Amino acid sequence: MSAATLNPAPATIGHLADPRIGLRGNLRHVGALTRRNLMRIKADPESMLDALLVPIIFTVLFVYVFGGAVKGSQQEYIQYMIPGLLGTTGLNLAMAVGTGLNSDFQTGVMDRFRTLPIARSAVLLSKLAAEVLRGLVSFTILIGFSTILGLQIKTDFLHLLAAVGLSLLFGMSIVWISMLLGMSLRSAQAVQGVSMVVIMPLQFGSSIFAPTSTMPGWLQTFTEYNPLSALADACRNLINGGALTHSVLIVLIWSVTITAITAPLAVARFRKRT
Amino acid sequence: MTRIATENAVEVRGLVKHYGNTKALDGVDLTVRQGTVLGVLGPNGAGKTTLVRVLSTLIKPDAGTAYVGGFDVLRQPKQLRRTIGLTGQYASVDELLSGYENLYLIGRLLDLPGKAAKARAGELLERFSLTEAAKRPAKTYSGGMRRRLDLAASMIGRPKVLYLDEPTTGLDPRTRNEVWDEVQRMVAEGTTVLLTTQYMEEAEQLAHGLTVIDKGRVIASGGVRELKAQVGGRTVQVRPVHPAELSEMARCLHDCGITAATVSEDTGLLSVQITEDEELTAVVGVLGTRGFGIASIDTKLPSLDEVFLAITTKPGATPATTTPMLKEAVA
Repeated sequence: MSAATLNPAPATIGHLADPRIGLRGNLRHVGALTRRNLMRIKADPESMLDALLVPIIFTVLFVYVFGGAVKGSQQEYIQYMIPGLLGTTGLNLAMAVGTGLNSDFQTGVMDRFRTLPIARSAVLLSKLAAEVLRGLVSFTILIGFSTILGLQIKTDFLHLLAAVGLSLLFGMSIVWISMLLGMSLRSAQAVQGVSMVVIMPLQFGSSIFAPTSTMPGWLQTFTEYNPLSALADACRNLINGGALTHSVLIVLIWSVTITAITAPLAVARFRKRT
Repeated sequence: MTRIATENAVEVRGLVKHYGNTKALDGVDLTVRQGTVLGVLGPNGAGKTTLVRVLSTLIKPDAGTAYVGGFDVLRQPKQLRRTIGLTGQYASVDELLSGYENLYLIGRLLDLPGKAAKARAGELLERFSLTEAAKRPAKTYSGGMRRRLDLAASMIGRPKVLYLDEPTTGLDPRTRNEVWDEVQRMVAEGTTVLLTTQYMEEAEQLAHGLTVIDKGRVIASGGVRELKAQVGGRTVQVRPVHPAELSEMARCLHDCGITAATVSEDTGLLSVQITEDEELTAVVGVLGTRGFGIASIDTKLPSLDEVFLAITTKPGATPATTTPMLKEAVA
């Protein structure tokens, strides 16, 4: 018997025979793909414009155009509107995920990922991770800028962090909807268009920018059930002080419900496109 | 679940994939022997890309079996993905990332440790002459560079089986040659290649065996030489200095036993069907010794159309059952 026949199968076979990826492998894959998503931002800095400028533009526009009319004074309006805007920051960023996913599918790069031995979910999770990082930049700018304009955190830093966390949590539930749109619609422009059509009525038909008391009855009903109203109220109370349980609970319920329904759909849709 | 033992890198039996009424694959059988190149020749819409996508686990077949490196496409996709590399018709690299970052990313996704991924990326950039462009975003690359980067990306995991889906479609001749050189190098290193192409010339350059498919079915398969002989080989086209001498030239060739010569007054060309190189020498020899002035000589491979025509109009030849003895790929 020769030495060669004594050797077991080549070392690679054992590796090949094990199809499981494991937690560490998954984390490494998500990490590598998140790095890719961040490198893409670095290569295309304009894609950060929405995260950087939208908070500033919205703040300036609303505070100085509507502030006096809605609340009598700009100072008071800052204290009212900025927390609500903070709440929807997560939502706005979440919608960008779908656009990015759609353009990945347009190019061959998604095919490449799908022929690699990685979990399907790693691609989706890495999008999520990159959006959270983008979100943190957006929050910092919004809070920093409005502090210059006179926003006061009447509670404390921890409550402020809680408001940011709540906004991110809600945003992450919306990410799944955004991914569904991104994988269902034909072009990135279509994704952006549909997102706008969905977000605009939700944002303005809520208590974010103005108290609902002067709105007609049907709109008041809508705003009452609009999760963005609850989110705005929760953030307002976290920053200005006030009862928390009710509004925070509603936001949590909405986030969990939306995630429970749409996350499996998004993953299934993603699998189906393979 | 274990690998099936086989010396065939790719084994496909009765593969079917329908999209509504379109039969993209309609019962395809093919085999690629370890270490060889199989050319899959067919026109647009023949099912070539669908075949590659099934074999890369990108889509699931409706029926039939396919094993790559002994792994079942349906039941062992994860193991199978570790054995394959894919370079598509459209470069599947991230345009915004640099060449280096693209390769590093894939190395990490293939579970190479950071340092190893770095080293492998550098090594492949060097090999594919992309070192100078390594830090530039891929979108600034020329078509050929992009295709080379794509090839490099497919090679990161040292795949045993490489799929090349029309790797030179849309490339200029020089770039095409670069890609061919690289493919030949990989094959020399022992990689098994399944190559789809629309070009007879490409198949002849790279492939050991050929499978011709049309409308989702295999209509012929065999070694490149056999298939070419079946099709009728090449055409020699001679342009005389004096067009008036055309028919005189054809007569001389006929007298010397070269009867396949035809003349076209419109194009001013004398055409001769040949299968062996010696016949080309004979044609030139006869014309030379008779003192005809020759302005140019071209040899033309049969186009894909002509291949199809030859295969499908061959008397008695029914599609998919042609010459079983030719099924084996001949190196």
